[in-house]
Parts: sequence; structure tokens; C-alpha cells
Amino acid sequence: MADTTGKPLLEVKDLEAWYGESHILHGVGIEVHPGEVVTLLGRNGAGKTTTLRAIMGLVGRRRGSIKYNDRETIGLRSDLIARAGIAYCPEERGIFASLNVTENLMLPPTVAPGGLGIDEIYKLFPNLKERANSQGTKLSGGEQQMLAIARILRTGAKLLLLDEPTEGLAPVIVQQIGAMIREIKARGFTVLLVEQNFRFAQTVADRHYVMEHGRVVDMVGNDELLTSLDRLHQYLGV
Amino acid sequence: MLETIEGLIGVPAPLLFGQLLLGLINGAFYAMLSLGLAVIFGLLNIINFTHGAQFMMGAFVAWMLLAWAGLGYWWAMLLSPLIVGFSGIILEKVFISRLYKLDHLYGLLLTLGLGLIIEGVFRNEFGSSGLPYRIPAELSGAWDLGFMFMPIYRGWVVVAALFFCIATWLIIEKTRLGAYLRAATERAELVQAFGINVPRMITLTYGAGVALAAVAGVLAAPIYSVNPQMGSNLIIVVFAVVVIGGMGSILGSIVTGFGLGIVEGLTKVFWPEASATVIFVIMAIVLLARPAGLFGKA
Repeated sequence: MADTTGKPLLEVKDLEAWYGESHILHGVGIEVHPGEVVTLLGRNGAGKTTTLRAIMGLVGRRRGSIKYNDRETIGLRSDLIARAGIAYCPEERGIFASLNVTENLMLPPTVAPGGLGIDEIYKLFPNLKERANSQGTKLSGGEQQMLAIARILRTGAKLLLLDEPTEGLAPVIVQQIGAMIREIKARGFTVLLVEQNFRFAQTVADRHYVMEHGRVVDMVGNDELLTSLDRLHQYLGV
Repeated sequence: MLETIEGLIGVPAPLLFGQLLLGLINGAFYAMLSLGLAVIFGLLNIINFTHGAQFMMGAFVAWMLLAWAGLGYWWAMLLSPLIVGFSGIILEKVFISRLYKLDHLYGLLLTLGLGLIIEGVFRNEFGSSGLPYRIPAELSGAWDLGFMFMPIYRGWVVVAALFFCIATWLIIEKTRLGAYLRAATERAELVQAFGINVPRMITLTYGAGVALAAVAGVLAAPIYSVNPQMGSNLIIVVFAVVVIGGMGSILGSIVTGFGLGIVEGLTKVFWPEASATVIFVIMAIVLLARPAGLFGKA
């Protein structure tokens, strides 16, 4: 179990974010402790993806406070946020068509020591080795997702922001991704995960934040999840 | 054998080979200039209409280095791209970087205007009659190839242009830096979120594209006279080459540049009246059949 008593690794307070004129986030507050897997649950349009993008510095304008390792990052450019040790895996996976699998894998620069070595990556994801010279976007959806996660495990970033890694994938692949997230948690990575599918979230996470209309409206520990099902159904409309 | 060629095609062989060589040389300049445009367009999404003026600056800096500092051709090959490339970096920082979030049209108008200003300044300073630049001693003279005399300098231009084109292609396709460039061309935002300083990469890429134009300018100095219009005369054709090859395609700009130079040369032999327009006719046909260009992705 992760240590949730000490200082959080990521501390987001009163986060507001805009895309152009649209005000998307209205004061989001979350904390993620070292070694935790935390999910953001919520319906489409609740602001989950925008929260990850705002942490990464990828929104038009943002306000509030985002502390990583006790260091304020709200004013930083996205490349400096990445250099501070946060890595991002976007919802559309962001595999580059003009790069082969190896080039995609090696693209993100190392930002800190302690990332997975290439041998470890290939042990976790043997397909990536077999298809090293294929064009990145020629991989199957599941393989592309593996590649998108594998490349950020290499960099030494300790906090991984994963945006719906299971979206559109077959159940057997979803299980593999679940196993992989548990594996990277066991290796000490910290994960903030956006999910629509709380049955999947339940198999990997320690805690769940529920978002609605650009705010965090609830927080549920994974052990309380079963007793809170009615509440969650109301939020998520499932 | 030469008689056989003449018998087959009905033109004297020296004329044919002479025009082929001229075509190859023009093609070398088309390729180098459209390559720089492709590199810049790929990452910056800006059609750099200043390119012709920067080519001209490359030639003028070579002339100034010789006339004012006594530094010859080989120094110019090194220093002129650095100086002109650095001026490009300043242009990007001060002007062009402000336009990335706007429509293409603004970049086009800005770079066209900058090009006209630069050309005007040089015309004011140096007049429009052109300044001579001598072929360096090591490269003067000609080889007797049996069927024609080949000026050594012209052979050198073709070889040097090929070298710069292939080197650029290798850097973009085979190196880590090139992988950053290709990825940022697809999705700059995500590459930056991986920790790469994309704004700096964009600035340096613009500088490198401009430096390529300057190298072409130095190569051109001894062939064409160094004059303020030398860029604008050439750049119109180069834009047609870019459209035919496919906007932003690296390989496309190299192959199309050399290929169209040769086509233009052959047209001079077989139908001289059409040689000035043949490239534009090809452009029209390509645009009708493949709007994204021969090597472009639709």
C-alpha cells in the first residue's frame, strides 16, 4: 500500500483552465501520494482529460497551483514540466506515423535516472522488439497503447499521467494493460489515470476522484468502492 | 557512338549534353532551395518567401568576405551559411515566431515583405548590374570528357549540391535529432510535453533551412553574377518545384529539383520556346492529377 500520510507527490489546488474562451476547469483539487495509483472518474466532458493536460501545461491558460515534489509548476512550459519528472500518455496515444517503433520508443529524452532500461521494456513488451522496424502507426491498437506507455517508462519520470489507456481495446488487451499498471506500481511509479470504466479502475487503483462540470465532487477509496456503488452510478450514469 | 545519338534524336550531341549539364546545375539549385523550403515548411508551417533573398544574401556575403576581408571561396562556404543562418534566427525570433498561431497567409505576407525589403536594401547598396565573383583556382578549368568539355566548377556544383541534399536527408531520416523533427512536424505539442524545447528547435530549424539557401548562394556566386535579383528570378521556379514535389516532402524536393532541372534542359534542346514555361505546365498537370504533389501525402 502506498504511503498516503506523508507529503503528496502531486498536489493540485484550485486549478482553473481555459481553452480559448471556454472555461473548462473550475477549481480542481487532487493529491497523489508517492507510489499511489489514483483515477479520475467522470462522464464525458467532466474535465478529466483537461485536468491531465493542465498538469502537463498543455492548455491555453491555467490558474491555481500544481505542486510536484513540493515545487510549483503552474508557470512552467510543458517541456520544463516534463523535465521535472512528469510524463504524459495522451488519449489518442500519440504514436508518430513518420517514426518507426524504435524511434517512437526512444523519442522522449531521459529526464531523471531510474527509468526502465531497454531490456526491461522489451521483457515487459516483447511485441515492441519483434516489430522494432515497423511504422509506429502500423501496430494494433493494443500494441500502440503498450508503446505509448513503454516510451514514458524509459524516461525516469516518476509520475505518469495516463489518459484512458483502455479505450477501444479488446477485453483481453484491457486485462494486459491492467496487469502492466499493477507491475509499474510495484516498481514504485506513481500513476494518475483517467478512466471511464470504473470496473477496470477498481482493479488497479488505490483511490478514485469523481469529476463533474470541471470540479472534483467526490473521492472514494478503492476499499469503499463496492459500498459506494449507488453513489458512483449516479455520478457516472452507468 | 556520338553519330548514332545524333542520328537517333536529330540534334548535335554537344548541344544535348551541354543542355543536360546546364539542366543538372539548375536542378542542383532547385533541389537545394526547395529542400530548405521543405524543411522549414514541415516544422514551422510557414512558406518562406524570404528564401530567394536569403539565397542572394549567401552569394553577397561570399562576395563581401572576398572584397572586404580577403577571405576566399572556401571560407565563404563555411562563413556565409553561418552568417546568413544567424540572420535567419534573428528574423524567426523577432518576426516569424509571432505568427505560428495565425493563418498561413500571414506568414506568406510577412516573409514575402521581408524578402522584398532585403532585396531593396541590397539594390540600394550595390546597384542591380551585378558583381563578378571568380571561380576559385582549384576548381577552374575544364575536363575533356570526349564528347564535351565539362567545366570543373559546374561538376563541383552538382556534386556539392548532391552532398548537401543527401546529408540533410540522412540527418532527418536517420538520426535522433531527425526523429524529433519528424515527430514535431506531426505533433509539436506532444513532443514538447516529452521535455523537448520545441520553440528552440523551430528557431534552429529555420536557421538551418536559411543556411542551406546561403550555401546554394555561395555555390551560385561564380556561375551567375552576384546581383540583388538573383534570388527572386530563381525562387519562382523553386516554388513550382515545391508544389510539384509535394509541400514539405524532403525526398520529393530533392528528386523533383534535379529531375525538373533536367527536364528544363532537355526542353531547351527539343523545343526551346517552351523551356521557360515547361515547369509551370508540369505544375498545372500535377496539381490536376495529384493536388498534394508527386511525393506529398494527400
